[in-house]
Amino acid sequence: MSSHCRNSGRLLFILCVIVYLCACDREKREYRTAPLPENGPHAETLSALQPGASAPPASDPRGREYENNAYHINQGERLYRWFNCNGCHAAGGGDIGPALMDDQWRYGGNIDQIYATIMDGRPFGMPSFRGKIPDTQAWEIAAYVRALSGNVPKDAAPSRREGMSATPPLSQTPKQPPKNSEQEPPH
Amino acid sequence: MNALQSALAPAADQAQAIDGIWHLMLWICVPMYVLVLIGMAVVILRMRRVAPEFTPATPSDTQISRGLTLWVIVIVAGLIVLTLGSFFVDRRLIPGAQADVNIRITAQQWWWRVEYVSADASQRFMTANELHLPLGKTVHIDLMSGDVIHSFWVPNLSGKRDLIPGRTNTIELTPRQLGTFRGQCAEFCGLQHAKMAMLVFVDNENDFKAWWQRQVQARNELPSDVAKQGEQLFVSSTCAMCHTVRGTTAGSLAGPDLTHLASRHTLAAGALPLNAGSLAAWLADPQQQKPGTNMPTIDLEPDQLNALVAYLLSLK
Repeated sequence: MSSHCRNSGRLLFILCVIVYLCACDREKREYRTAPLPENGPHAETLSALQPGASAPPASDPRGREYENNAYHINQGERLYRWFNCNGCHAAGGGDIGPALMDDQWRYGGNIDQIYATIMDGRPFGMPSFRGKIPDTQAWEIAAYVRALSGNVPKDAAPSRREGMSATPPLSQTPKQPPKNSEQEPPH
Repeated sequence: MNALQSALAPAADQAQAIDGIWHLMLWICVPMYVLVLIGMAVVILRMRRVAPEFTPATPSDTQISRGLTLWVIVIVAGLIVLTLGSFFVDRRLIPGAQADVNIRITAQQWWWRVEYVSADASQRFMTANELHLPLGKTVHIDLMSGDVIHSFWVPNLSGKRDLIPGRTNTIELTPRQLGTFRGQCAEFCGLQHAKMAMLVFVDNENDFKAWWQRQVQARNELPSDVAKQGEQLFVSSTCAMCHTVRGTTAGSLAGPDLTHLASRHTLAAGALPLNAGSLAAWLADPQQQKPGTNMPTIDLEPDQLNALVAYLLSLK
């Protein structure tokens, strides 16, 4: 009986260690910009403007990293206020800029497309922040914007807001896959 | 003893009061401790002598009962003195109604935003990580937090007081000694908690007024073309997203106000001394100097870095 107990205790311990090791990526903190890949939003294109259901840009592997990381999503929330995104988009519900917490996306709702929107700007109001917001921070903001509509993994979304907020925590936000863009590119 | 940051070298009324209660406790508790040890030694030695045919003493022993009564009186008197001392020192630390200088400090991860408040709007200004106080004047500091709980602690001037998100605490300082003192965040606030320090300068009245008048001004005339290039870069790139330099278009409040950066003594809340070398190292890769800081590492060409360093060091 006692050896059975000891065995199951050991099993529980090993399980905990495995879970712990698997959970590491969520809290991993990368403080520097990752090196630029060959393709992705930085690749040569004739025009970055792609309204409607056009072909999404090639997927950038960095987007996935930022989306799956609680630290980056949280930093994104901080920067969203610091850089006055809420000046036009409010807390995600939209004001003079479109809402970010629904499933409607004029220029695509994948993280690459949101990143491109921040960096290149869009017609009728969205300014370009290229040269102003560093790469890392633009990815962080894009990851946070994805979290606003529940499109980041539940375990990566922070369960606590940075400040006082009328909306539920990001981990409780129902998932609303982007409708107007093409299907999410395979990661 | 390091007088730069020491509660045992009080330089303000408040620290003096705390130093007083510290000595009171020391001189009451040390004799009590010694008495207890002596009592124990006596009992042990007596037990050794009478051990073989020891029978418990009957409580009718009047000497023991007198001794114990005296002992209880000593303990109660000591506790009363300590309690009263603590009560009066605590009252002494409560900020009064009047202050000669009003300051507002907002703690951020991981630096101190310092605002000098004045009824005259043109006399207000903002700086960071450095306090100047006039000698012998009463200073009120409102303490707030921009993110998590921090704690304001300049041991030479007063005790700790927390900066809590969503509420305002106040601390009163009356410095009585000219000099430079170091303060430190005293509540764990994240990765770079250890590198969240500040310097406090106690100046005489005239120096303090001169310093204030200098700080109120917009940035001074730029001395060189390199500095002008640096400013061009500063206002048109990432720097202006977070920093203010009064007199230019850079006016964001997310990071420290840099209008008179070169008049300060440290960089990044006491993490580095302020000179051309450390400033260049900081701009080139802040994440190397202070990992996790909200200042991002950005790509800078060598000539851009030189121009920025020249510009920032010209902001006297």
